Amino acid sequence: MVKRGLLIAIALFPAGLALAQEGGEIEVQRAHADIRDLESLRRGAHDFMNYCSGCHSIAYLRYNRMAEDLKIPEKELSANLMFTSQKPFDGIVSAMPSDAADWFGKQPPDLSLMAREKGRDYIYSYLKGFYVDDTRPWGVNNVYLPGTAMPDVVAGVQGLQQPVFKSEKDGAGSDHMVLRGVEALTKGSLSPVEYDGFARDIANFLDYAGEPVKAKRQSLGVFVMLFLIVGFVFAYLLKKEYWKDVT
Amino acid sequence: MAEAPESTASNGLLAWIDKRFPLSALWRSQVSEYYAPKNFNFWYYFGSLALLVLANQIITGIFLTMNYKPSASEAFASVEYIMRDVNWGWLIRYMHTTGASAFFIVVYLHMFRALLYGSHRKPRELLWIFGCVIFVALMAEGFMGYVLPWGNMSFWGAQVITSLFGSLPFVGGILVDWIRGDYVISDATLNRFFALHVAAVPIALIFLVIAHLMALHEVGSNNPDGIDIKKHKDSNGHPLDGIPFHPYYSVKDLVGVMGFLIIFAGVIFFAPTFGGLFLEAPNFSPANPLQTPPHIAPVWYFTPYYAMLRAVPSFAGTQVWGVLVMGASIAVLFLVPWLDRSPVNSIRYRGPIYKIMLAIFVVSFVILGICGLKPPAGIYPMLAKICTALYFAFFLLMPFYTRIDRVKPVPERVTGHG
Repeated sequence: MVKRGLLIAIALFPAGLALAQEGGEIEVQRAHADIRDLESLRRGAHDFMNYCSGCHSIAYLRYNRMAEDLKIPEKELSANLMFTSQKPFDGIVSAMPSDAADWFGKQPPDLSLMAREKGRDYIYSYLKGFYVDDTRPWGVNNVYLPGTAMPDVVAGVQGLQQPVFKSEKDGAGSDHMVLRGVEALTKGSLSPVEYDGFARDIANFLDYAGEPVKAKRQSLGVFVMLFLIVGFVFAYLLKKEYWKDVT
Repeated sequence: MAEAPESTASNGLLAWIDKRFPLSALWRSQVSEYYAPKNFNFWYYFGSLALLVLANQIITGIFLTMNYKPSASEAFASVEYIMRDVNWGWLIRYMHTTGASAFFIVVYLHMFRALLYGSHRKPRELLWIFGCVIFVALMAEGFMGYVLPWGNMSFWGAQVITSLFGSLPFVGGILVDWIRGDYVISDATLNRFFALHVAAVPIALIFLVIAHLMALHEVGSNNPDGIDIKKHKDSNGHPLDGIPFHPYYSVKDLVGVMGFLIIFAGVIFFAPTFGGLFLEAPNFSPANPLQTPPHIAPVWYFTPYYAMLRAVPSFAGTQVWGVLVMGASIAVLFLVPWLDRSPVNSIRYRGPIYKIMLAIFVVSFVILGICGLKPPAGIYPMLAKICTALYFAFFLLMPFYTRIDRVKPVPERVTGHG
């Protein structure tokens, strides 16, 4: 047992070391969202359509799939969630023309799989990470994606934020100003707590959009596991019965 | 039912078949009267589990093929179509992706079992070699399968691995173009990898597995004591320490299968990406020849070899040495039956040197795997160099340390039973 413990400790040693080396960068904040929370997903879908879908597609998610999964009535879908001339079975594609790269320097990316690529917490943090930066074309930058090409479309709800710098010594002993976070500069239409909810709902919705079956997969998994555990017990009893006569 | 002796010739259909095809005879010789040692332990589950995972890969693979489009412009979207629009497509794909990783876990443990109990040794050398060829085929299968979703890591992984062949002298450049079917990784590459992944390599794998099993049934299974059970037979000519594979090991392997499925389903339903190890996050972004991922790492089951590749510095103006070391790390496996000079088979009766060397080997293999996942910075390059040396030391020093190691007396009969 001691030997095995030692083996594991040795094997994990480099991993622990790596964790200690990181830092310096600002860690993403936890979204604490629940993919089974349909209320949150519906609010997220609504906010996404109003604030994001003008530029960003989620082409792999169909309108009617979203309506079915999130229990959105057909009327509500066509009246408040569909702003283009698409059909309900179409993927959610923004009306942004394909020369958008000429305006922004970069085509706004499709967000179908953003949560799978970067994580739900990243999206939540990104939405909270804008700050005023006069050196950028749109006057804003983002803590979690430095040099982002995206304008601060949430300034109206969140308000503007300003960067917080801290002086740190680098390896050579000279002082450096390092970005440590952001603080509120102006007020938005939502309170800070309400805005956290806004960011959480959108992050949750994009997590859903990345893998629409996720909640069903997990709930189904519980039954599969129970079935297999019962099967394991029967298999074990069968083996015991057969092996009685092996001496 | 199929155990029926010849006397039941009246048994309609079976008798009819047996006159035309040796069904009952095959069943008896390979299953119901194939005598296996009665003392198999935990480590002996992984052979039957490898067969289970192979079946899983083939069956789920067939269904994936029905909806996948092997084209650079459609492949990525067709995978998302499977994940979202195909009935149970998400489950089939997760079974296939998790199965790929499970295959390597099971095969690594199966190979480790051989090193524990000397299953590679005389008279099972050819059995071991068939196994090594299966392992190589599996690596080819895993690599080409990883390219098919056409994510950005698929693309750049293929770029890195195929360019390895370019470092070979004289033929390198031609060889790389021949493998890719183009001057870059492209639609042509994807198409041939698809052909190899769904037809050529699986067919080879199936035949190799059959050869592996035929060799096993010819020489008989080894066991945790490493004793030949055919030395002591009863009056019927059956080994005293042997039991028929069916029903004893068929029901015992069923327990292993259920245990395995619990873990397998746990991953599929609750952690299909396995923290980015089984499905890597950058691969959820489509292949983009203009955007190199900041850090290219192969899937976890290749990282030990990738770490060895990177551990060797370029010398005399060429990178080929790392490629040769990586190739040698696989090639050396084929030689193990002849490198091992111990008078005993099983680790139970081997001396302390082999035990220590095996432990060092396992630890260095795991550390190499971690090094291969990390960017080559900080302590990792040095760790990878040390562990590469230890990996080869285990094999190349084997003729010496197995000969001088102090061994214990081996009993005549097997000890205990499962």
